Amino acid sequence: MERVEFIEEKSSDSNLRKESMILNMGPQHPSTHGVLRVVLYLDGEVVQEAVPYVGYLHRGIEKLCEDITYQQCLPYTDRMDYIASICNNIGFILSVEKLLGIEDEIPERAKVTEVILSELGRIESHLVGIGTNAMDLGAMSAFLFCFKERERVYDILEIVCGARLTTSYPRVGGLPAELPDNFEEAIRNFLKIFPKTLNEVDKLLTRNKIFIERTRGVATISAEEAINFGLTGPSLRGSGVPFDLRKSNPYLDYDQYDFEVPVATDGDAYSRFLCRFEEMRQSLKIIEQAIDRLPDGPFIADLPDIVLPEKQKVYTQMESLIRHFVIVYNGFNTPPGEIYHGVENPKGELGYYIVSDGTGKPYRIHVRGPSFVNMQALPLMAKGRLVADVIAAIGSIDIVLGEIDR
Amino acid sequence: MGLNAAPTAGGEGFLTTTVNSVANWGRKNSLWPMPFGTACCAIEMMGAMMSRFDLSRFGAEVARFSPRQADLMIVSGTITYKMASVCRNIYDQMPEPKWVIAMGSCTCGGGPFDSYAVVQGIDEFLPVDVYIGGCPPRPEALIDAVMKIQKKIDIEGAPIV
Amino acid sequence: MSGFTLEQLSSRLGSHIESSSEFRGENTYFVAPEKISEVLTVLKEEFNFDYLVDLTAVDYLGIKSPRFEMVYYLHRFGEQYDENIRVRIKCSISEDKPAIDSVTSLWAGADWLEREVYDMFGIVFNGHPDLRRILMPEDYDEYPLRKDFDVRNREPSKRSFKKALSEGNF
Repeated sequence: MERVEFIEEKSSDSNLRKESMILNMGPQHPSTHGVLRVVLYLDGEVVQEAVPYVGYLHRGIEKLCEDITYQQCLPYTDRMDYIASICNNIGFILSVEKLLGIEDEIPERAKVTEVILSELGRIESHLVGIGTNAMDLGAMSAFLFCFKERERVYDILEIVCGARLTTSYPRVGGLPAELPDNFEEAIRNFLKIFPKTLNEVDKLLTRNKIFIERTRGVATISAEEAINFGLTGPSLRGSGVPFDLRKSNPYLDYDQYDFEVPVATDGDAYSRFLCRFEEMRQSLKIIEQAIDRLPDGPFIADLPDIVLPEKQKVYTQMESLIRHFVIVYNGFNTPPGEIYHGVENPKGELGYYIVSDGTGKPYRIHVRGPSFVNMQALPLMAKGRLVADVIAAIGSIDIVLGEIDR
Repeated sequence: MGLNAAPTAGGEGFLTTTVNSVANWGRKNSLWPMPFGTACCAIEMMGAMMSRFDLSRFGAEVARFSPRQADLMIVSGTITYKMASVCRNIYDQMPEPKWVIAMGSCTCGGGPFDSYAVVQGIDEFLPVDVYIGGCPPRPEALIDAVMKIQKKIDIEGAPIV
Repeated sequence: MSGFTLEQLSSRLGSHIESSSEFRGENTYFVAPEKISEVLTVLKEEFNFDYLVDLTAVDYLGIKSPRFEMVYYLHRFGEQYDENIRVRIKCSISEDKPAIDSVTSLWAGADWLEREVYDMFGIVFNGHPDLRRILMPEDYDEYPLRKDFDVRNREPSKRSFKKALSEGNF
């Protein structure tokens, strides 16, 4: 939905009348990736000021979470960054595990699986990020290639979690069930097929003259500005800052995997694209190492107060039935206190700030969404550029509105 | 439907039918959807239009982001009260005849978001033709809904304006 | 400045810190609300806490007095960007006059986070360049994340929806 208004204003230095145009872009616009609204103040084709308006998808997730148990909060986390919901799930589960202080008791099998799934989520998200960025700039075929490959990721998530998009997968303490028999085969198959498509997309975009013209030198942000705005993820690394939570705070034993943090130096839309592209290759490398080391053993920790008992025991033993009822109905009690846990999501640092009052329900949850913070850099990126560059800028920040508005 | 039946009269090259049947036949096989995607369901809607599920097999692949060129509105994703006035506005801008698919639990009845900001079902302010449950529904469900709309056009038709 | 330790920080801030605590390896320092911008300036300028990770508020209605608490969570990159030093600064805000100094001059990224806190809790940030509602409609008249607001109270939203519809304003 676009609406144009003209405002007349008197130029301060002369009697000349200067006409400035307001262009309303969104909230329903194909290249705002959802329901973002940007009001552009234009001087001809040049953007004088871009003012983003958000909140069109504010669903009150933080408030809703105050009324339910920790386990019930999990499905809400899918629906924030719905492009890589598995990463959100894992981030939330890790936060609750940190609050409970049970990180050391999580079995190795669960940790390695969570690494595989979060890297798949990263690939999934970057495919959409790159695909939509390219499509907004006119390269439809790259988008088709990316989505074709995304369906393969869905297939893997479906055999593991049963859902394509909204996974709600791990549980506090580990995995809800044993992995399916064909999990390893599916991952190995994906590792074989995916690099081919990656190379195809690489050929379509990386040296594509039009794509480079539209993205190189566009929406530039320097390292100092990026840090000042609190940008994270590829938006920060595209400006030359090698900050990655997987390296600085290696949760899920990320320090045991061999991978690089791709950094580009120019800080423009093309640099961010290059970072995302290389991150997918690094993710493949991590998945390959993880599937090689996937150990046998228990998939969930042995913590009777937190983890639901086996279904067979619930049906046959009174004790287990009562425990099952209590955990489902009241949740597990958490120690009073407050924690923040950040994970490196595809779009940047996703953090959960949880305040616990000692009961089974969170007193307050605040989600530090990477898109929400990264989006603030848009006015700076768009200022003084052409209208068409705003589209490239929005695409290159790679936002998802579910996470901005929550 | 007149056109599918064998021609009742005449020789080669012509058949008889009614103007309404021809118009409805054309309408149902060339729906132009306006994807009003707000949240998670929009990703599955994109999935339905992409290569694996390929909505174009049913003649409904020309996604129009301008409501003035569309006759089917697919509302996919949570609609908040802040967005609802925009949604209504866009519906009003679509030319007649028009149909609406409510895709996903949120649009059908609020879904998991029983909160202060979310509209509990878009039928509070829009007439809905087909509801699809699921959070999010699979692309097959969206294709099924499009086929239901086709059936509806076939049976009820729409006045020629 | 390398080889940062928390002792340096607590000795530098000294009397500004009202209390401190540690939980699950995270350090929290409680300061007086009028000292907040002074403390945060020291942290940014002298200790290189360049990255404002998170800024939010918590409503302790009926549990603590004063009612609100502001939470700032800061990160220090270190020279190789591989350090993981994070501190949390908190201060309390009374219900009668919920206002505090803005930190947008220190970190530009605080802009939207402060607007969100204003939108959800009604805490006013002095010196904020553009303090408007961000998530809720601009004519919304409640603060949803306050504990005395019912999560299912849709009336204020409906009011602003009807107003937007009748005015054709979107």
